[in-house]
Amino acid sequence: MIEKNIPAILPLIFLAAALFIPLLGVWKKAVAYPIAILTVLAAASVSVYGFIYVLLNGTIRYFFGGWAPPIGIEYVYDPLASFVALVINFIALLVLTHGYHAVNIDVKDRQVAYYSVVMLLLAGFNGMIITGDLFNLYVFIEISSLSGYALIAVGEKRAPFAAFRYLIIGTIGASFYLLGIGFLYFMSGTLNMNDLASILPHIKDSPAILVALILIVIGLGIKMAIFPMHGWLPDSYTYAATTSSSLIAPIGTKVGAYALLRLVLFVFGAEYFSKDLQVAELLAIFSCGGIIYGSVMAIAQKEMKRMLAYSSIAQIGYIGLGIGLANPLGFIGALLHLINHAFMKACLFLVAGNLRVKTGSSDISQMDDSFRKKYPWTMAAFTVAALSMVGIPPLAGFFSKWYLALGTIENNSWFYLAVILISSLLNAVYFFRILEKVYMRSPEKLISANSGIADIQSEEVKPSMLLPALALAVGLIVLGIFNVLLVDQIYKMMPAGL
Amino acid sequence: MEIFQTYNSIIPFYAVMISLAVVPLILLSDKNPNLREFWTIAAAVIKFILVVSLLPAALEGKEAVYSILEISPGIELALKADQFGIFFALIASGLWIFTSFYSIGYVRGNKEKKQTRYFASFAVCLSATIGVAFAANLLTFIIFYEVLTIATYPLVIHKENKEAISAGRKYLLYTLSAGAVLIAAAGLTYSYTGTLDFTAGGIFGGLNLSQGSITVLFMLFLAGVGVKAGIMPLHSWLPAAMAAPTPVSALLHAVAVVKSGVFGVVRVVGFVFGPEVMQSYGLNNILFVFAAATIIIASLIALKQDNLKKRLAYSTVGHLSYIVLGVALLSPAGFTGGIFHIATHATMKITLFFCAGAIYVNLHKENISELNGIGKVMPWTMAAFTIGSMGLAGIPPINGFVSKWFLGTGALQADMNIALIILLLSGLLNAGYFFPIIHRAFFREGNGLEKHKEASMMMVVPIMITAFLSVLFGLYPDMFFNFFEIALSVSNSVMKGF
Repeated sequence: MIEKNIPAILPLIFLAAALFIPLLGVWKKAVAYPIAILTVLAAASVSVYGFIYVLLNGTIRYFFGGWAPPIGIEYVYDPLASFVALVINFIALLVLTHGYHAVNIDVKDRQVAYYSVVMLLLAGFNGMIITGDLFNLYVFIEISSLSGYALIAVGEKRAPFAAFRYLIIGTIGASFYLLGIGFLYFMSGTLNMNDLASILPHIKDSPAILVALILIVIGLGIKMAIFPMHGWLPDSYTYAATTSSSLIAPIGTKVGAYALLRLVLFVFGAEYFSKDLQVAELLAIFSCGGIIYGSVMAIAQKEMKRMLAYSSIAQIGYIGLGIGLANPLGFIGALLHLINHAFMKACLFLVAGNLRVKTGSSDISQMDDSFRKKYPWTMAAFTVAALSMVGIPPLAGFFSKWYLALGTIENNSWFYLAVILISSLLNAVYFFRILEKVYMRSPEKLISANSGIADIQSEEVKPSMLLPALALAVGLIVLGIFNVLLVDQIYKMMPAGL
Repeated sequence: MEIFQTYNSIIPFYAVMISLAVVPLILLSDKNPNLREFWTIAAAVIKFILVVSLLPAALEGKEAVYSILEISPGIELALKADQFGIFFALIASGLWIFTSFYSIGYVRGNKEKKQTRYFASFAVCLSATIGVAFAANLLTFIIFYEVLTIATYPLVIHKENKEAISAGRKYLLYTLSAGAVLIAAAGLTYSYTGTLDFTAGGIFGGLNLSQGSITVLFMLFLAGVGVKAGIMPLHSWLPAAMAAPTPVSALLHAVAVVKSGVFGVVRVVGFVFGPEVMQSYGLNNILFVFAAATIIIASLIALKQDNLKKRLAYSTVGHLSYIVLGVALLSPAGFTGGIFHIATHATMKITLFFCAGAIYVNLHKENISELNGIGKVMPWTMAAFTIGSMGLAGIPPINGFVSKWFLGTGALQADMNIALIILLLSGLLNAGYFFPIIHRAFFREGNGLEKHKEASMMMVVPIMITAFLSVLFGLYPDMFFNFFEIALSVSNSVMKGF
């Protein structure tokens, strides 16, 4: 019977851990990390099991407290939710493995509180993925956002300010979302997603529904940092501690994207979203703006984490574009990119963290060819992730680009196609800039020949920080080559109206 | 008319993978150069044997196919050793053996840095090239094509000086843009035809597409494969890439990379569009104009280059367009001549580049104006140079004459006298830029050459062999590997019913 409870287990296990870490932390501070990592390990294992179970036996519906919807809150653990939960928990597992040393360095003696908040964040994410109730989704958005503000505030000197800015903008986003579901509840009398999906066709002509849709898209757009609502993102990612930014950057915005995808394609439906109202078109255009803006800004950055932050804005644009296309190939592209980008960005942020640990900063200007000797494996992981971001086959990034390109062609949207292709070239500019520095001798040094590169010994980071990055890099190769296995499953996750 | 049969065989897969498989071994043997080079030679020989073993069946009209896995729903990552693929694979893998020996002589004689990276990248390049040759469909082609781009990059920037770095950037800009355009072209093709398989005679037959959309599609393809094929105005990466070590220029920029480009042109014209579609939409005229302009302009530019490798580079640009021109004629003899020129230009141009490298290692001279009297110092090298350049000018009995003869016949078949004039003019220009070098080498007195002798045997022997092959294939075009028979048969299969 445990399978039936998986939808509830995932968020609750994190909530329990968030409670137990401070309680036991009073007794002994050192228990915080073991509890956190075991919780994530358990959640990841449950997600693997749950994913397989759902694929074999179909969607699990869980009624909280035994109250059937629309009175009670329903959790829906369908193939899509189970799959995204699996990705999120798996990435979290790797990032927290990396955190064993990284958190020690960044957070020092406040670890009990830190891990407790991390657990809350993950509870929020898992809840957002699994819940089938609009208001419950709002609650989980708030849980994850509030813990996100706290996590970002732990970091460099300027982190609290970045977090405050995020808090203001994030709260506005959440309020927009809340207003949106207010309208929907007023019009339909239900907060259950399934219910709403069946009621909406009858009331869709009302302007209130249109307003609700726009409010929800804006609210979630802020959460996932769709251009031009991305303002909070660069500072937050740059100044936060390594583990915080490695958790929030790859999966935080992704969960927002997932919520948007869930609402517009499953609840409102592709037909309404794209044909009747053409909100889809707007979303796609803003996403394209983000793709170009993020890529260009990334080229201009001098600091690696900041560069990655701007690159995230661009990559979120890909996902937004895929949703905005509102066709099956766009859906595949968006979902595949959601996963691929989670892997790529986690890998890149972990690499940036490793460099910070070793050299004290992740400025691009300090990088030179000694890095190649000092951190060979870290740089190898970086290279794989960078090539994947550029979209070199057979790495994962190529295939999300491929499906998105097919999706734009299906819609005859040549402009979007051009944006996707140009952006991959812009990615090449900012990643090869770093690769050049790391793998090539700088011309100045060539003059003062024999800078002693041969004598430099490897100073690679500890295995607990290296292996997660390498695992993600290997994951990118596997995700790329075997993408069809995944795409076949994604076909099963597609909403009915697509 | 022959009917092609297919049979399953894993040999094409092994032929692609063997050089990739030795890359880890090459990297691990970093400290032991002799062992490291052993791996390279072993992979080269095995690869060649594997390719040759596919030849007898191919001559009987049987094609070895191997499907690796599904890479996108409905599209397989599949290899097919058809006659044209084997033709290209034989040239690339056969000349890799000579280049490997020559490389060893070159990098050691020149005391190059980062030799391990050099040999490892070379091995990856060869895997990608054979993958391009055996690609059964457009997506497989693109995947190997992009891998080739990335694997060549470390070789282009090998010297790591300012010139090399800017050449590397230019190379990436051109080739990655081409890759992006090619992805768009493939996506469009897939949406029009529902297949990406290379089929002799094309996959567009029976489709009613507007003149505009098919012209745009063709231009996308042309830009995609035209960069590597050096079609003007997309050629300028090639002279810049001469900053690479000479063996790289020899194999990659005379054989593997640029020939992948023209190979792509032939695939696109003969196996994607097909001659009927090419003619009915007037696409062959577009191709013809580009090719003709490139031949003449490149030859004129070559005339005024003083740097030997640059002159060879522009000569390469011109000769690649011979192949494109032959294809654009859409006549059986023109197609045959174009395909055969892939082989003949390979043996001749690799000889010339080998000579340029031998001169550089031995005398440290790069400019033609410094080559006075070197024929007395390096008689064997310069004799080979003479053979190669006479062949490119189209003088019998060297193999360049054979392909040119058929190109000329093809021009007459197609009733395009202008093509004949261009070929003759280009022959004169070839003589105009090559013969002064021979004149300087043998008939002028040089200074300060007394202390020098012929280059090392490691370099001279490969030079002599490739020069000898040029003569041999001129006298007996079907010797050993039935190159001419294959070219004829490929041409027939594409042109049947046209």
